[in-house]
Amino acid sequence: MLLALLVLAFIALVLAAPILVREARSWRERRAERSGAAASDPLDLEIYDPGRERRAEQRARELLRSCVNDEEWSMYRDLGFIRVAGRHARRKTDRGPGPAYAYLVYPHKPVVAYVPSSGQLLSEYCVEFPDMTGASGGRHRLPASDDVLAKWMALTSDEDRVIRRANMHLVGRQLDPARVRRDLWRLAEWERRRHRRGRIPQSSR
Amino acid sequence: MKPGHGEVLLAEGDRRIAEDEERLIAAFRAQLDEGMWAAVPTTNGGSGRREAQMVKEYAQIPADAERVIFFPRASGG
Repeated sequence: MLLALLVLAFIALVLAAPILVREARSWRERRAERSGAAASDPLDLEIYDPGRERRAEQRARELLRSCVNDEEWSMYRDLGFIRVAGRHARRKTDRGPGPAYAYLVYPHKPVVAYVPSSGQLLSEYCVEFPDMTGASGGRHRLPASDDVLAKWMALTSDEDRVIRRANMHLVGRQLDPARVRRDLWRLAEWERRRHRRGRIPQSSR
Repeated sequence: MKPGHGEVLLAEGDRRIAEDEERLIAAFRAQLDEGMWAAVPTTNGGSGRREAQMVKEYAQIPADAERVIFFPRASGG
């Protein structure tokens, strides 16, 4: 009787073996998929690197420095913005030695148009350089100096196009007009000092 | 220029070498296809002022250009 039961159990085991093997294999595959997904999750999450932004900004500053002239670089280094001359002259009287209007280019702030001869503020142009790849969901933005360089390149190469794309507002929507006037005063002082420093070596010769 | 990363080197090579140029053209087109703008920093021959020249085709890149900078296209903020 016992022998008969053992034989029956053996036969049942042999018959069920393919099913058991198949189930075991699929269980192993599901487990591997689960553990694989779990292992890949931390890679999907971007590990915060506290030095990355600082290094990116350092590289951006070097790139900006290599593209603009000495005066513009010194202006950005000392004052935190760059002045870009406007290309258009509206009237014949505007065709003087200086530009009829100019822009102040700030990092991650609107571009401000003004009249250099009078200091009159004209308008502010809100312009961004959004992440085109979409990989980051638009979270990231350019380093500050890259943002300035992008505006500088856009304004010096195709002023009309970038101004057309920008949202124009009266000065005061995002930037404090008093602060912009103060920046213009700082710029004038900075140029005076720079001019004076430039003259000293000449007069001492 | 890549948001979140700053400057990233995409490709480099000698335009006079055919293989290099093919690679440079492919990289150039890929960037423009992604919607980036391309500019070459130059010096204005007349005024001596530094400025940028926007390029929309590989052939527009000045022969003496040392680099092309790609940056996201501007939009209203």
